[in-house]
Amino acid sequence: MDLSIGSPLAIGLILGVVIITAALLITFERRLLGFWQERLGPNRVGWQGSLQVVADMIKIFTKEDWIPPFADKFSFVVAPGIIMSVVLLSFAVIPFSPNLGVIDSNIGILFVLAMASLGAYSVMLGGLSSDNKYALLGSLRAAAQMISYEVFMGISLLGVVALTGSFNLRDIVEAQVDGWYIVPQFVGFVIFLIAGVAESHRLPFDIPEAEQEICAGYHTEYSGMKFGMFFVAEYVGLVLISSLITVLFFGGWLGPTFLPPILWFVIKALSFVSFFILMRAAVPRPRYDQLMTYGWLFLLPLSLVNLLITGALILSV
Amino acid sequence: MIKLVADTLLSQVRTLWMVFVKLFKKKDTVEYPDQQPYMFPRWRGRIILSRDPDGEERCVACNLCAVACPVDCIALQKGEMDDGRWYPEFFRINFSRCIMCGFCEEACPTNAIQLTPDFEMAEYVRQDMVWEKEDLLIDGTGKYHDYNFYRVAGKKIEGKDKGEALNEAVPVDVRSLLP
Repeated sequence: MDLSIGSPLAIGLILGVVIITAALLITFERRLLGFWQERLGPNRVGWQGSLQVVADMIKIFTKEDWIPPFADKFSFVVAPGIIMSVVLLSFAVIPFSPNLGVIDSNIGILFVLAMASLGAYSVMLGGLSSDNKYALLGSLRAAAQMISYEVFMGISLLGVVALTGSFNLRDIVEAQVDGWYIVPQFVGFVIFLIAGVAESHRLPFDIPEAEQEICAGYHTEYSGMKFGMFFVAEYVGLVLISSLITVLFFGGWLGPTFLPPILWFVIKALSFVSFFILMRAAVPRPRYDQLMTYGWLFLLPLSLVNLLITGALILSV
Repeated sequence: MIKLVADTLLSQVRTLWMVFVKLFKKKDTVEYPDQQPYMFPRWRGRIILSRDPDGEERCVACNLCAVACPVDCIALQKGEMDDGRWYPEFFRINFSRCIMCGFCEEACPTNAIQLTPDFEMAEYVRQDMVWEKEDLLIDGTGKYHDYNFYRVAGKKIEGKDKGEALNEAVPVDVRSLLP
């Protein structure tokens, strides 16, 4: 059994585990949201509702997969595939443990950021090809939001890159043996957290798909498995952002030796997933213009200042 | 500006913490089919027709319930027995219209029509929501155990003449009032 970095077995294992985790997160999120709203959530299918996701999947597979006659067929069909593949591709560079991963790339962070940008194409194409007012509004919002939040998502990571001196995520984890980057890069962490939520357009920044305002935004016209792909891709994106935060600021697989490294990674990533769900349960959605103002007028200068101070400290020490 | 940002941030963190603590609070949900709620005796649920202590139908087909019903869901037809008692030939309640307001119970002079704490009345076929007299009539007396209309009312039936009812004075001979 060859389980080294980049072996077919490792790739298959990571792909399978990530997709299954994302699917299970649907149940996990609904239960947690229930608890935080003082109710129980779905608990009737299987033990404590654990088989809810199976029921959901059966439902979504047997639904009519309808393409609107007025839609642009090619881009309509391609859009959900794009977002699914780009979020899964991003997992290629995530170092799960010292000897588990897909690629040991020396441009890891750049790769993740590039894939995140490509994700914007999916929501744009999906919304535009639907030929629907709500979908169009949703995709316009998504495009503007994702592009503007990409800017300081990248800048907030430059502090980490400067401290490590490498774009390689594996090097970044190993550089945190002496101390996690959450301490010297706390501002960068907060900015990345906010930008990450906006990037994966989850609540409270789910403005592209705000149900109360514009139906379901860019995936209004989608049904069946195409909707399922958008849906699961959102959860894969959630896992991705949590893994990135773990790797960049919380020392990845590092931790006391009584647990294996991969378990430390899973624990840290899962606690961030839970934190994102907590944010969904607690924080209200801002208005669209508030989101843009907040991004450009507050977060962007803050991330630049953070980068400046980090650079100055590195040079002076 | 800085104060605004700090206040906003603090309020967000406080919100997150207060919601997080709810994880350990008691939940409001009642797991209904497994855990039956206590239904109060005077709950206004499924409508029944009761019988008097002798086992006869209480309903005298006076139509007051049908008149009182704000959604007109009660339909009935008066019939008369050989001994002079009135009874409904048919008595029909359309529960797909009924709003469980209880006005029929309040209007009923004989305590025949009563509302019970049962509320599990869902049906798959709409027509099954229309209940006939056989479905409505129960064998018991409902909430009022001793009441028998014909025993206390002045109505003359076979075997009970005017003035023979409970607490009823003998009818006055009008002519004896002459001076």
